[in-house]
Amino acid sequence: MSINLEQFHQTFFEESFEGLDSMESGLLNLQAGGMDADTINTIFRAAHSIKGGSGTFGFSEVAKFTHVLETLLNEMRDGRRAVTPDAVNLLLQSVDVLREMLTAVRGKDAINHARANQVHGQLEQMLQAGAGTAGAVPPATSAHTHAPGTQDWKISFRPQSHLLKTGNDPLRIFRELGEHGSLRIDADLSQLPAFDRLDPESCYLGWNLVLESMAAESTIEAFDWVREESALNITSMQPGTPVSMASVANASPAAVMTAKTEGEAAASTASAVNAAESRATTRASAGETASIRVDISKVDELINMVGELVITQNILGQIGQNFDMSKLHKLTQALSELDRNTRELQESVMRIRMLPISFAFNRVPRLVHDLSSKLGKKVELKMSGESTELDKTVMERIVDPLVHLVRNTCDHGIEMPDVRRAAGKPETGTLTLSACHKGGNVVIEIADDGAGLNQEKILKKARERGLVKPDQQLSADEIHDLIFLPGFSTAEQVSDVSGRGVGMDVVRKNIQGLGGNVEIFSEPGKGARFTVRLPLTLAIMDGQSVAVGKEFYIVPLVSIIVSTIVKNEHVSTMANGGEVFKFRDEYLPLMRLYDLYGATPRTTDISQGLMVVVEGDGRRAGLFVDELLGQQQVVIKSLEANYKRVEGISGATILGDGSVALILDIPGLIRIAHQKKVA
Amino acid sequence: MATILAVDDSASMRQMVAFTLKGAGYDVVEADDGVNALKAAKGKKIDLVVTDVNMPNMDGISLIKELRRLPEYKFTPMLMLTTEAGDGKKQEGKAAGATGWIVKPFNPDQLLATIKKVLG
Repeated sequence: MSINLEQFHQTFFEESFEGLDSMESGLLNLQAGGMDADTINTIFRAAHSIKGGSGTFGFSEVAKFTHVLETLLNEMRDGRRAVTPDAVNLLLQSVDVLREMLTAVRGKDAINHARANQVHGQLEQMLQAGAGTAGAVPPATSAHTHAPGTQDWKISFRPQSHLLKTGNDPLRIFRELGEHGSLRIDADLSQLPAFDRLDPESCYLGWNLVLESMAAESTIEAFDWVREESALNITSMQPGTPVSMASVANASPAAVMTAKTEGEAAASTASAVNAAESRATTRASAGETASIRVDISKVDELINMVGELVITQNILGQIGQNFDMSKLHKLTQALSELDRNTRELQESVMRIRMLPISFAFNRVPRLVHDLSSKLGKKVELKMSGESTELDKTVMERIVDPLVHLVRNTCDHGIEMPDVRRAAGKPETGTLTLSACHKGGNVVIEIADDGAGLNQEKILKKARERGLVKPDQQLSADEIHDLIFLPGFSTAEQVSDVSGRGVGMDVVRKNIQGLGGNVEIFSEPGKGARFTVRLPLTLAIMDGQSVAVGKEFYIVPLVSIIVSTIVKNEHVSTMANGGEVFKFRDEYLPLMRLYDLYGATPRTTDISQGLMVVVEGDGRRAGLFVDELLGQQQVVIKSLEANYKRVEGISGATILGDGSVALILDIPGLIRIAHQKKVA
Repeated sequence: MATILAVDDSASMRQMVAFTLKGAGYDVVEADDGVNALKAAKGKKIDLVVTDVNMPNMDGISLIKELRRLPEYKFTPMLMLTTEAGDGKKQEGKAAGATGWIVKPFNPDQLLATIKKVLG
């Protein structure tokens, strides 16, 4: 019988990666001088679990690597080894190696042996060099093996009186011995006290046994658990040698036991396990679906909501039977209840996908540690709002931009210690990372007390690159915005920290791709602050529905500035046929939605319809529509998944009456409009 | 069939142990640390305890010590799951009242064989 262990792999990987994260943050704490027993214990435990799991699930290389790591940590935990910065650095590297190994094993890829071996070697070196005295001592088994062939073993077993209180039952031992061959047991009652002095919980018996078996002594494991607390003597005899024993017939386990096969029991359990196993394999092969851990309270909340929904449904059902107008009031009441139930249910389902942002923030301490040591800077990291929740998908996609922003801040923002001293600032710079909920958004701020953005340098570089005309005057904000332009990098030398061409333009693009934006606030000499605003979720959005003829479109509410009626005289046509209109002293491109999507409008007269002024990517444009309808929350359905990608459309949704409305991709539309305006 | 209390802070190990035992027809009560195991044990009749040693909040050895203090668990077999072969942990565990140990890594068959031996 064998059980397919693969079904536990995913859990193992999840917990191992979590373990590595806590090892890492623990190690970083140690680095910062926080040398407490709890931290070391946590680190040790994580390593220990990974070792145990990887050994059990057959990842022997991971287990081998973790073994050395664990030994080292054990010595630190017991205070036999000093926690030096070198050691911590090596341990951090080991965490990296383990992460790589586990990633490789999970993806069924080859492990990078060179790196693993190198760090493994370093760990062993440290182990041997160190003060630690505790090597892994192999269990001392007296291993004298005998030639195969039946042999009589004479065993004298005198347990200590507390044997039973450790849950050890002599019967268990005899049963196990019996599996090796035929067994004769005689009890020794010589220590049995008088009845009135007998403590029923103590063991007074001893046993003399003769085992006729092919087994070698080392394979007799039956006594392993009790060896230390009993007088045990196992001697070999020639087969057939008569053994004289005190014959005590009536003592309890004094029967001759023969090897008993547990075939019957084994067969019945085997079939049960096989069935379970085949179920499990089906589940495992159903694909490597990503999973999330959900707080049990969220699930309870959900169940509660569903309960309420069922009640409402029952009420509606009752009203529906023999309905007459007298029940109208009750019906409206129940329907508004249904509305509330649905909304709450939706919110609580969405919350299940929400994870604390610490999942993304967790990578930052290590990053800052590595960067500051590489750059020779001193940086203190302060984090707040780690428990702020964010949709899982948004979370996954924000990690890279976040890492880039932090990297940028360490590289460009915070100055070298001597520069800071000269400027009258503390040598150690502060990097603050925070998150909070504001309105329907999650706001992440990355702030530093460094030099701030160097406007002259940025402007000079932008002019060199031809991004700005030589005589063009720009405001401070406009200069700051330049760093988001493609191909912009101010690092004089391309360092391996930041400035690898994957620039701030990618950061902004990714953030905008999530429906968010990023703003810069900078003060020369005092520091800079990057504010990233993200929607809570990608699946639901607040939309404004607009009508063009018989078609409906959804404009994301966040991108609408104002809706207004524009007079015909404020519209001008340009040489290339593109139109602009005057809006608060500036001319904005005008897009007639019916033109873009080939709809038949109720009117083509600008003054008869409505102009929706929208903003995206920091640029504005006007959308001409027939009329505004209601605002509503819409569930976004991917157009790409169901049809194909359409320029200017970000998705579709299903309206209350069952019809489909397209959701406009405002930044995309504005891009099209401005291309026209320039052309 | 016997009821077994499986205690491990590592979810994968716990699942593996529980799955193996359930497959063999045992009833399994799971707990992720000593504190929760103690709580679970107090309300139920447990025939065998299988516990990890290193766990947060309350480790396996303390758990065994605590359980042994309860009259109903005086003689109950309690096994430690340990990777620390040949190390002081075993003796520490024994002193606390552990019946025996199963050395990690182990496979389901080994686990089941040991449990069967203990429960008879």
